[in-house]
Amino acid sequence: MTTRIGVVTFPGTLDDQDALRAVRIAGAEPVSLWHRDKDLHQVDAVVLAGGFSYGDYLRAGAISRFSPVMETLIEQAKAGMPVLGICNGFQILTEAHLLPGAMLRNNHLHFICRDQKLRVENAETAWTSDYSSGQEISVPLKNMDGRYTADERTLDELEAEGRVAFRYLDGNPNGSLRDIAGITNAAGNIVGLMPHPEHAVEPLIGTGRTDGLGFFTSIIKKLVNA
Amino acid sequence: MSLDTVKHAAETPDAAQPWKELGLKEDEYARIREILGRRPTGAELAMYSVMWSEHCSYKSSKVHLKQFGEKVPANDAMLVGIGENAGVVDVGQGYAVTFKVESHNHPSYIEPYQGAATGIGGIVRDILAMGARPVAVVDPLRFGAADHPDTKRVLPGVVAGIGGYGNCLGLPNIGGEVVFDACYQGNPLVNAGCIGVMKHEDIHLAQASGPGNKVILYGARTGGDGIGGVSVLASETFESTGPAKRPAVQVGDPFQEKLLIECTLEIFKEKLVAGIQDLGGAGLSCATSELASAGSGGMRVELDTVPLRDSSLSPEEILMSESQERMCAIVEPQHVDRFLEICEKWDVIATVIGEVTDGSQLEIFWHGEQIVDVPPRSVAHDGPVYQRPFARPSWQDALQADDAGKLARPANAAELREQVLKLVASPNQASKAWITDQYDRFVQGNTVLAMPEDAGMIRIDAESNLGVALATDGNGRYAKLDPYTGAQLALAESYRNVAASGAKPLAISDCLNFGSPEDPDVMWQFAEATRGLADGCLELGTPVTGGNVSLYNQTGETAIHPTPVVAVLGVIDDVNRRTPVAFAEEGQLLYLLGDTAEEFGGSAWSEVVHQHLGGLPPKVDLAREKLLAEILISGSRDGMIDAAHDLSDGGLIQAVTESCLRGGKGARLVVPDGLDAFTFLFSESAGRAVVAVPRSEELRFTDMCGARGLPVARIGVVDGEEIEIQGEFSIPLSELRTAHEATIPALLA
Repeated sequence: MTTRIGVVTFPGTLDDQDALRAVRIAGAEPVSLWHRDKDLHQVDAVVLAGGFSYGDYLRAGAISRFSPVMETLIEQAKAGMPVLGICNGFQILTEAHLLPGAMLRNNHLHFICRDQKLRVENAETAWTSDYSSGQEISVPLKNMDGRYTADERTLDELEAEGRVAFRYLDGNPNGSLRDIAGITNAAGNIVGLMPHPEHAVEPLIGTGRTDGLGFFTSIIKKLVNA
Repeated sequence: MSLDTVKHAAETPDAAQPWKELGLKEDEYARIREILGRRPTGAELAMYSVMWSEHCSYKSSKVHLKQFGEKVPANDAMLVGIGENAGVVDVGQGYAVTFKVESHNHPSYIEPYQGAATGIGGIVRDILAMGARPVAVVDPLRFGAADHPDTKRVLPGVVAGIGGYGNCLGLPNIGGEVVFDACYQGNPLVNAGCIGVMKHEDIHLAQASGPGNKVILYGARTGGDGIGGVSVLASETFESTGPAKRPAVQVGDPFQEKLLIECTLEIFKEKLVAGIQDLGGAGLSCATSELASAGSGGMRVELDTVPLRDSSLSPEEILMSESQERMCAIVEPQHVDRFLEICEKWDVIATVIGEVTDGSQLEIFWHGEQIVDVPPRSVAHDGPVYQRPFARPSWQDALQADDAGKLARPANAAELREQVLKLVASPNQASKAWITDQYDRFVQGNTVLAMPEDAGMIRIDAESNLGVALATDGNGRYAKLDPYTGAQLALAESYRNVAASGAKPLAISDCLNFGSPEDPDVMWQFAEATRGLADGCLELGTPVTGGNVSLYNQTGETAIHPTPVVAVLGVIDDVNRRTPVAFAEEGQLLYLLGDTAEEFGGSAWSEVVHQHLGGLPPKVDLAREKLLAEILISGSRDGMIDAAHDLSDGGLIQAVTESCLRGGKGARLVVPDGLDAFTFLFSESAGRAVVAVPRSEELRFTDMCGARGLPVARIGVVDGEEIEIQGEFSIPLSELRTAHEATIPALLA
């Protein structure tokens, strides 16, 4: 049976088509999910894509977190369903308390769009098993509110438990604490990061690299072997 | 104040009216009275004043713009021409592309963030209204001197506004320009372009036909922002003593616009609209009168049904409001329920505000009382047409006689080296990454090329790899020296940029930025530039699909340089064949295509080294441009070229520096026979490009150039970590990189 991976569209989601395309290129069946629909339509995993859901008004991700679809998603993620939050999706995951910490405005106060080098710190999550630990990858980064923050105790815990999944290399683009670009929950099924792996899945498009494809092939292998 | 109804207006012919304050001239007011056979009501006066403003009526430029419709090249790609929201061209495989460049200059000076943001919003709705999905934006920008304190206010605001709106909308920003010149100090130029893609059968037009069809206003509620924006801002010179005009700038909500796009595309998909128009300049006045005028003529609108943000707005204000993120659709009665359902799905407010009638008048009611009764055509299309006087400026000859050829040239290799570094670090030639990195260029996942490439390129079909390319160019310095040639140089450069990316140029859009039309000098520049552009398009075979004119870009007596900005759209059958600018592999052979002459008038070198502007701009040879484009396109298609960069401002050394830095590889160059090093590096002769050819293709490539008669000179090889001009000097890439990349952040960050 083909793996079904859902991508949620909230009002103002922008990278949903890109995420659906990445899922398809990796070999799974992409399924569009709608924010008002509680039903996850039997998907095996969900991607919360990038964008400015609800215009990032109030706080990035703060309104989407209360969407009907999130009720089901939060419940199922807690029960082990793999969820990947990219950029605005990561912000929604922290607002939903599925991942700790929060994102503040970039320390230079500008939107930044660039090719960003990352180190994969944890290659054992549901979304990173196709990488090797310590592997360096480059994927596009583009955000206004990307500065990861959490209290010292949380940061120490994340480090101690190997839950820092990605770290920025060659310059911290936004002032994120401890150069954190992405994190995972303890079980490894919920991963969030600010950079955009779905924009780096075709050799011709974007930065010309396919370093982001591993996120999608990782989850497909994991689900097929489950 | 009591309501000024049609009946009341007829009974009080002598009531004083604020036509002057609304920007109308005495004879224009008299003409309105003549058309109506009575004095206009307050609401009618409001409508005429905004629709007959320079911005909406093109009253000063119309007589010159006519040429774009008269000198039309034989080109069967054109599907919809000038006059609609945007032109449409056929790009093959059943796809049609619509694109347009517009200005939002005046609002962006007053309120940089919102001015620039709503400029993006407006052009995107124009494209959407044609039935297309917007797929990319570009931003040609011009500011005052880079080190002027006010530039630090205007530029960061404009850039943040473009990013803040465009990024939130999910449209990749793939190109444009940033130019600094003291002439734009009080009049920055904020132009915005958008490309949209659709299937041929999805083309929609702005017309209201079929009596009984409903008029639906949907999108944002109407507020008090931007009232009189077009008449007050775009059509008048700034005076330092005037009252604050900030309230006339609109405020944008990109989230609302994103919903409007998705909602509208879903409505198109179900074929629910008979006609559609976006609300931009002049708001409801424009949308209702244009829709009715282009249709059967009659429309009845209940203005009090318009959803408001501010319930105290008067009917006149509602008609003039330029609140953003609104569209107006004509919908057959049986489709209305489904239309409203889709709007509800996207949380978009939609209201039936009227219907198409079998009459010939546009009739608007306010709580049952008639406040407008006008022939819609008289508002939308029969505005005044001026034959503004124009004459070659008295200073033009002296300016052209001030030849750049007499400027002191570098005396030795060390001076030449120093001037190269100075050039690539100058604000106009320096890297603009600090600016363009604030725009999302990746969203939608179809970006093949984006700045700093010669042209932006978007894949429009993932199966066939069909793509489109867009470049925008304009050089106000050239146009000041000779507006006819300057306009053709803008066209030639943009055309060349598209070809350098591997795409075939198809059609153009233009944004014509000039000073006051009431100044005969400026009107001459405008007349010359439009004539140059129309002649050039005819010769290159690229029709003008539409565009925009921005006049009154002047402070007091001082006008900006005439600045025609030209956007050329190209098509590429397979985006895999696109040509980047980067020199990325050692051993690639570098060839200079075209002829290099001693042409320094208006050049970057004359500006950077001598702060000089005089003489004549480079000569234009459009037949040569065509040939060069054919070679670049064939070279790309047949795999003979690994990289290409057009030569324009800054000359060869600027292009080679950019290509080397982009690819992270150096180059060893030899000055070709017959040229001195200075001319080789800095000349701005048109019709040229530098290409990197793989060794295996050298013979095939030079044979092709030889057979077609394009002059070609081997000038070096990609190699090492420095740019070396043999026998002259060398500069390490690291030193060039620092010089090229540090300038803009140091000035603006």
